[in-house]
Parts: sequence; structure tokens; C-alpha cells
Amino acid sequence: MSGFTNTLLSGDGPRSRVLTALLAVIVGVLALAPFLFDGAQAINTAAKICVFIVLAASYDLLLGYTGIVSFAHTMFFGIGAYGVGLAFHFWGPTWTAGLAGLGIALTAGLILALAIGFVSLRVKAIFYAMITLAVASAFAILAGQLSDFTGGEDGRSFRVPELLRPTTMLFQMPLTGMSVTGRIATYYLIALAAAAIFLGALRIVNSPFGRVLQAIRENEFRAGALGFDVVAYRTIGNCLAAAMAVLAGALYALWLRYVGPDTTLSFAIMLDILLMVVIGGMGTLYGSVIGATIFILAQSYLQKLMVIASSAFKGVPLLPDIFHPDRWLLWLGVLFVLSVYFFPTGLVGTLRARAALQKD
Amino acid sequence: MTTTVAPAAVDADKDDALKGAPRDWLPLLLVPALAVLAYPLVGNPSTWVTLTIAALAMGMMIFVIASGLTLVFGLMDVLNFGHGAFIAVGAYVAMTVLGTLQGWTQAPSLALNLAALGLATLAAMTATGALGWAFERVIVRPVYGRHLEQILVTTGGLIVAEQLIHVIWGGDQKPMPLPTALRGAITLGDINIEKFRLLAVLVGLVVFGVIALVLQRTKIGLLIRAGVENREMVEALGYRVRRLFVGVFVVGSALAGLGGTLWALYRETLTAAIGGDVIVLVFIVIIIGGLGSVGGCFIGSILVAMMANYTGYVAPKVALASNILLMVAILMWRPQGLYPVAKR
Amino acid sequence: MPDALLTLAGVHTHIGQYHILQGVDFGVPRGGVTVLLGRNGAGKTTTMRTIMGLNPPSRGQITFDGATISGLTPHAIARSGVAYVPEQMGVFADLTVAENMTLAALAGPPDTARLEWIFSFFPALKKFWRSPAGVLSGGQKQMLAIARAVIEPRALLLIDEPTKGIAPAIIDNMIGAFEELKQQATTILLVEQNFHFASSLGDTVAVMDDGRIVHAGSMAALATDTTLQSRLLGLSLDAHG
Repeated sequence: MSGFTNTLLSGDGPRSRVLTALLAVIVGVLALAPFLFDGAQAINTAAKICVFIVLAASYDLLLGYTGIVSFAHTMFFGIGAYGVGLAFHFWGPTWTAGLAGLGIALTAGLILALAIGFVSLRVKAIFYAMITLAVASAFAILAGQLSDFTGGEDGRSFRVPELLRPTTMLFQMPLTGMSVTGRIATYYLIALAAAAIFLGALRIVNSPFGRVLQAIRENEFRAGALGFDVVAYRTIGNCLAAAMAVLAGALYALWLRYVGPDTTLSFAIMLDILLMVVIGGMGTLYGSVIGATIFILAQSYLQKLMVIASSAFKGVPLLPDIFHPDRWLLWLGVLFVLSVYFFPTGLVGTLRARAALQKD
Repeated sequence: MTTTVAPAAVDADKDDALKGAPRDWLPLLLVPALAVLAYPLVGNPSTWVTLTIAALAMGMMIFVIASGLTLVFGLMDVLNFGHGAFIAVGAYVAMTVLGTLQGWTQAPSLALNLAALGLATLAAMTATGALGWAFERVIVRPVYGRHLEQILVTTGGLIVAEQLIHVIWGGDQKPMPLPTALRGAITLGDINIEKFRLLAVLVGLVVFGVIALVLQRTKIGLLIRAGVENREMVEALGYRVRRLFVGVFVVGSALAGLGGTLWALYRETLTAAIGGDVIVLVFIVIIIGGLGSVGGCFIGSILVAMMANYTGYVAPKVALASNILLMVAILMWRPQGLYPVAKR
Repeated sequence: MPDALLTLAGVHTHIGQYHILQGVDFGVPRGGVTVLLGRNGAGKTTTMRTIMGLNPPSRGQITFDGATISGLTPHAIARSGVAYVPEQMGVFADLTVAENMTLAALAGPPDTARLEWIFSFFPALKKFWRSPAGVLSGGQKQMLAIARAVIEPRALLLIDEPTKGIAPAIIDNMIGAFEELKQQATTILLVEQNFHFASSLGDTVAVMDDGRIVHAGSMAALATDTTLQSRLLGLSLDAHG
């Protein structure tokens, strides 16, 4: 690895040739997505992957590096999305409004993360999972109920600053004559922000602070005996993860030009993130890149494959239903359970272990 | 029963022996306190009575669902995040059975209605009990003592189970009509009491009574209580806690099936996500009650249901949020829940 | 060792990543009291838990009354005739004294004559028979824990530091109870820091250090040999005596 890349990745590279190749393909395709594919679905999928990489990475910071299972992560995602979305909606489509919304969302997210941490980070993992689940549900219901403010179940659509609007023509590509619109500008804004946040997270987990978090995860008692304030470290980890999720939510709102409970706050999304992180590989950060990509691709394209499988089994009892395109989550759920048992380190961990074996 | 065995000489000392056992009544007082507090906010006496009875009914349903979960947690330190799936499966099985017994459910005879309900409930409990047995073997057993994996894997089980419900019963919302004789309300003056709610209260009380009786008066109950406190010591005394645990897991799952049936009838519709709505309340109840405590679970269920019903009437938008506040308040007062279970 | 009731041969135990027992070899002769001595952290409690199956050995063999018990589950080991009084006593606080005793009696309701015999040493148990064990004092809890272990005759008693934080009067009663148990052909393996208590009861002794047995022999020899005492036991005896 060259010195520059090494610095960029905080010295924590993929450590597996297959993984490096996979990551290179993902990053390459995401970087050129607007020019590689035609049509709205492809670029939508690419943008969603960028956002969910950040979201999954932020969750990995919690789950993989701190060993905390929280079910309230979508709450912070939602706070980011609502913060930016409502700011644009009420204060108009200006950059100032967007930034102010983001600032408010970050503040609110941090306060909430601190409050939850204060009440419940001292307790057992199971307790924490239950409490966050309850708080997140209450938050989602509240967002759906306060319809004068949030738009209720219907959510809010809003306009974004002029530069980012689909109707804005920026310039035409010299050779292909393809027009670069505000939509493509938005995509690159999101992709670059996602890359920056991800690299920032990589820096955090490889800092002395990140090492203490991992030491706490490995042996809480020992870390405490060594003089580290376990609760303080966990709370800070929790806040960092929350802030990252808020940023991811803001990016998502920017892309969708819409916020609503279903796109940001639902428990289904919480489960999606969990699946991404575990299948990709907990505690590796790169796992969130792989996991989010596989998951979003499956969500968008596995259904098409399943249509074929479903019709192939026509006439057989039950099988067509199991392969029904709406049942893609069934298969990912099974994959999830299997990976917790058999590949607890996920795809990334398994690839790294194989690479390490080959080296010996 | 064997627990009452005592040498005759011991009984002479009764006075002395009794003084050491103060019962903790304070949490019990919370129930009437909350009801009295809510009265001026609700304002109208008949509405208040209706709401209180509705709360009792809802509380009993939550208790039925939560009791098994809290015992399973107490006994083996296992919290099944997939418990919601049993609620849904129970409801769907009951719906299917009630569908085939339409002749009985639509007859204007209470006896036939109850017979149909009884059969449906039995089927639901058998199905969820069996599912619980399989769930314990396949999903939970490999991850004993590892909380992180436990939460992940049982959540995974929930996803798979919910999807399988879609495969078997379809994804659309289903009606769950009440049998004829249980529809409507009994009117006393200007107070309306829905008949089904009375049935739910009755069922909940019976379940509580049976659980309390088993826990207090049988050897198995003794073992469960001891195991919740110190599983290792029960093993070291010569008992197979594993088998006990599987039994409790199966019974807890069957109770979730019963609760799911009641809950679906209460709402008169169901979807595969029906478990998700209740499970949040169930978790709050378990935390409030003290993980592993059946008595705390009972009081917690009533408190949570009261909070939900009163605020649902006074300020519907914050109904669930008010229960979070209740949880926080109780944890401030007693960080381990209303009735903390003594652990080693 | 001739006629040992319990034998540990090359027993290794890991707890998590820690290698606690590193090849423990010793025997407990039938019908006597064997005292396991050693500094804190030497592995005495882990030895007891390993015998009981609570921390199964990763290597080595444990035989009890001619049969191999290493690898069995705790309940099977208990049923084969081993009773255990853990360091933390393991009393069920939410259960009454009566209920605690009922659970300990595997063959049916507790035998009345046996109960009276237990009460003669530990009268407090009779007094608080119907009270939750949680209200008992520390010493009374220890009585209950020992009473539970002897409610039915067992071939082997494992007792982990019964005198820790206990009033001298109760300790004297304990010595009385253990003396009588010895006469009933009960074998006792005792972890003890109190050398007075240990030497007044013990027939044989094994001393542990760093997860191994460093000395085994008769208690009488150790009790008279002060140089051996200070070499083997050093500071720990003064600190806890």
C-alpha cells in the first residue's frame, strides 16, 4: 500500500486481496455511477448505497467497536433527515437553511444520545437494547403524530438549493454530450461526503480512543481496572455514532428531497442496518461498505431474480411463495442468522482470515 | 406439598419466624395512585371507569405475553427479541381456526362462541409452544451466555418468522372478527364495558393465578424461583436447569400465542407486524417490573396499560412517549425495577 | 494414593482466555477431612468448581468413587453423591429457609430426625424456618448453606471457606458439625484460610500455588513444622489468621 493510501486509511487497510478488489470495484463504480448507467434507478441505488455505507459504518462503530446493541440508531438517522428536510421546508431552499437544520439536528442528536447513555449505558447489553427499542418506537410514533410540524405519516417534500435541483443544467460532457444536472451534482456531494465521513470513522477507530473502546468491548472489567472510565468512553462512542447517523440522515434527505417516517425512522430500516453490519462483518468498518452494497443491491435487484425463480417453481406448493419477489428479506434473514453462527466476523472477517492463512 | 414440610417443633416459633418477612407493598400502591391521579385529567367519571377497565384488559393481555419472557430471562439470562413472532403466529393460527369454525362463532350462543375461541386458543398455544421448542433448539441454544449474539440471532429469527408468516398467510391485513356473543358492551348506568375486555381481564387473572400457584406451591415452581436467582447453585444441588428452562421457554411461547390471540381479537385485525406493536410495551413492562420477576411484571403491565389508556384519551399524541417517561421515572426510583430479583 | 475417594490427575482448567489450573494432582482419602490451602488466586475455588463441573476441566481426569466424573454436568456430579457449599454460599434469598432445604433434599421431603440433628448445631435455622433466606445474617446464611449440603448423607462434601467473615461462636458449632459428619463416614474437602480451623479439623492437607499443588501430606506434620508453614503459606496465614 502506498504511503498516501495508508495515511488515508489510517493504516487500517483491507488486508485481503479479494477484499481490496471488491472495495476497489465498489468505490470505482460508485465514483462513476452517473456516467456508467442510464436511468433513474441506477443512480438512486448508487446514492442509497453511499448513504447506507455511512449509516452502517456508524452503527458498526457502536455494535462492532463498542459492543453495544442499540435499536435507536434509525432515530438519529431520522433526526438528521428531518432536521435538514424541515429546515428546507420551512425556511426555504437555501444553503443557510440546510446548514442551520443540520446544526440543529446534530445538537438534538447529541443531546438525545447523551441522555440515553446517561440513563442506560451502565446497564447490561440486553437492558440497553430494550430501552433503545422503546425510545425509538416512541420517537417514530411521535414523528408520525406531530403532523403540523413533521407532516405526519405523509412526511414532507421540499425543494433543495438551486445548484442541486434536477432541472439545473450545469454543463455538457465534452465527448458524450451528456448533460450534467443538479442531480448529478447532488450525487457527488453525497458520495464525497460519504467518503469523507467513512475515512473519518476509520481514523477514529484506529486512534488511541478507538483502541480503548475495543479494549472495553473485549473485557469491560479489565479496562475499568486499568483506569479507563468505561461509561464515559461508551457515552462518547455512542455520541460519535449518533452524530454520524445524523449526517447520513441529512444526506439521505438531500437525495430524496423528502422526509417521512417510512424512509428514515421505521424499525424495518433498523433491521436492515443490523443485517448490513453483521453480514458485512462487525468491527471492521469495511464490512459496512460490503454489507450496505450487497443489501441495497439485493433490495433493488434480487427481487428481479426471484421473479424468475418464483415462476420456475410454478405449480409446486409453497415454493413459489418462498421465492416470491417480496420475500427477499426472508433470504437475507436466513443469511443473517447463519452468519452470526458460522461467520461471526462477517464477509470481511472471513476474507481477512483467509488472507492471513495464505500468508503463513 | 413438600414445601410445607416442617418439624412440629418449628411451628411453635411462628411469631419469630414471621417477623423477618416484610412484604414490599409500595409498588402495588402505584396502581391506585396512577388511577386517582388520572381522574381529574380525564374529568368525566364514566369515561374514567371505561378507560380504567380498558386499561385492565390491555394490561392483562400484555402480562400474558410478558410473563414467559421475563421468566426465561431470569432463568437463563436469555432475552428473546423474537418473542413478537410468537404473538403473531398465535394470532394467525387462531384466525385460521376461527375461520373454519364460522358456524360456531356466528351462532348467537355464548357457549358455542367460547368453545370456538377455546379451540382456537388451544391451537394457537400448541403451535407457538411447538415453535418455541424449535426456536430454543435451533436459534437460542448455540448462543447461551453471549448476549450480543443472542440479541442478533433472536432478532434474525424474528425477521425470518415474520417473512414466513407472509409466505403462509399472505402479507395483507386480515380481519379478526369477535364471536357474536362477545361483541358490544354491557351498559351499567352511563358506563360502557365491552364484553371482550371482561373476558380478557378474566383470562389474564387466571393466567396470573396459575403462574403464582405453580411458582409458590410446586417443586417445579420452587426450582424456577431458585434458578432465576442462582442457576449454578440449582445445578450443583442436582437439578437439570436446562430441561426446566426449555419447559419455561415452551410455556412462555405458548402464552405469547394466547396473548397474540387476545390481542388480535381486541384490535379485530391483524398483520404480520402485530407482535412489533405490543413487544415494545412488553419490554417496557419487563424493565419496569424487574427482569425475571413475575409479580413486578403483573403490576408493570397494569401501570403501562393505564398510562397508555389515560394518555391515549387525554393527549393521544404522546401515548407511547408517556410510557417511556413512566419507565424512566420508575428506574430513577428503583434502578433494578419494581421487584428486583436477587442475583448472586 | 491408597483408597482415595476423589482423585484429580493432571487437571487443567481455563476460564475464558485465562489458564487457571495448570495440572492439578491430588487425592482426597476416604472418610477424612482434606484441607486445601494456598494464597488468594492460587486456584482453590476453581479447583472446587472444576470438581463440581461448574468450570469443566479442559484436560486431565477426575475420578470419584471409582468412576470418572470429569466431563459430567454439575447435576450429574451432585446426584453421584457430591455436595457443594460455594464461597458465596449460594443461598436462595427469595426462598424461605424451609424451601431452601426442600430443594436440597433430593430423595423426597427432608428427613425430620436429620433436620433436628442439623438444628442442634444451627438453631437459628429452626427459628427462621419460614423466613426468606435473604433476611438471615451472613453467619446464618453460611449455616443454611452447610445444612443444605448435609440434609441427606453424601459421600463427599466440598466446602469453600466456610469461616470467612463468620463469628467465632458459629465456627465452633461448625467444627462440631464437621466432626460428627466425619464419624458418619462423610469425606470433606475444605478450602480454608483460617489455619486454626483448618488444623483442628484436617487430616490431610494439600497446598496450592499458581494453579498447581505444591505440597501434599498429613495435617499433623504441617501443623508442627513451622518452617514448612512459613515456606508454603507465608504471609497469607498471618493476613487471614
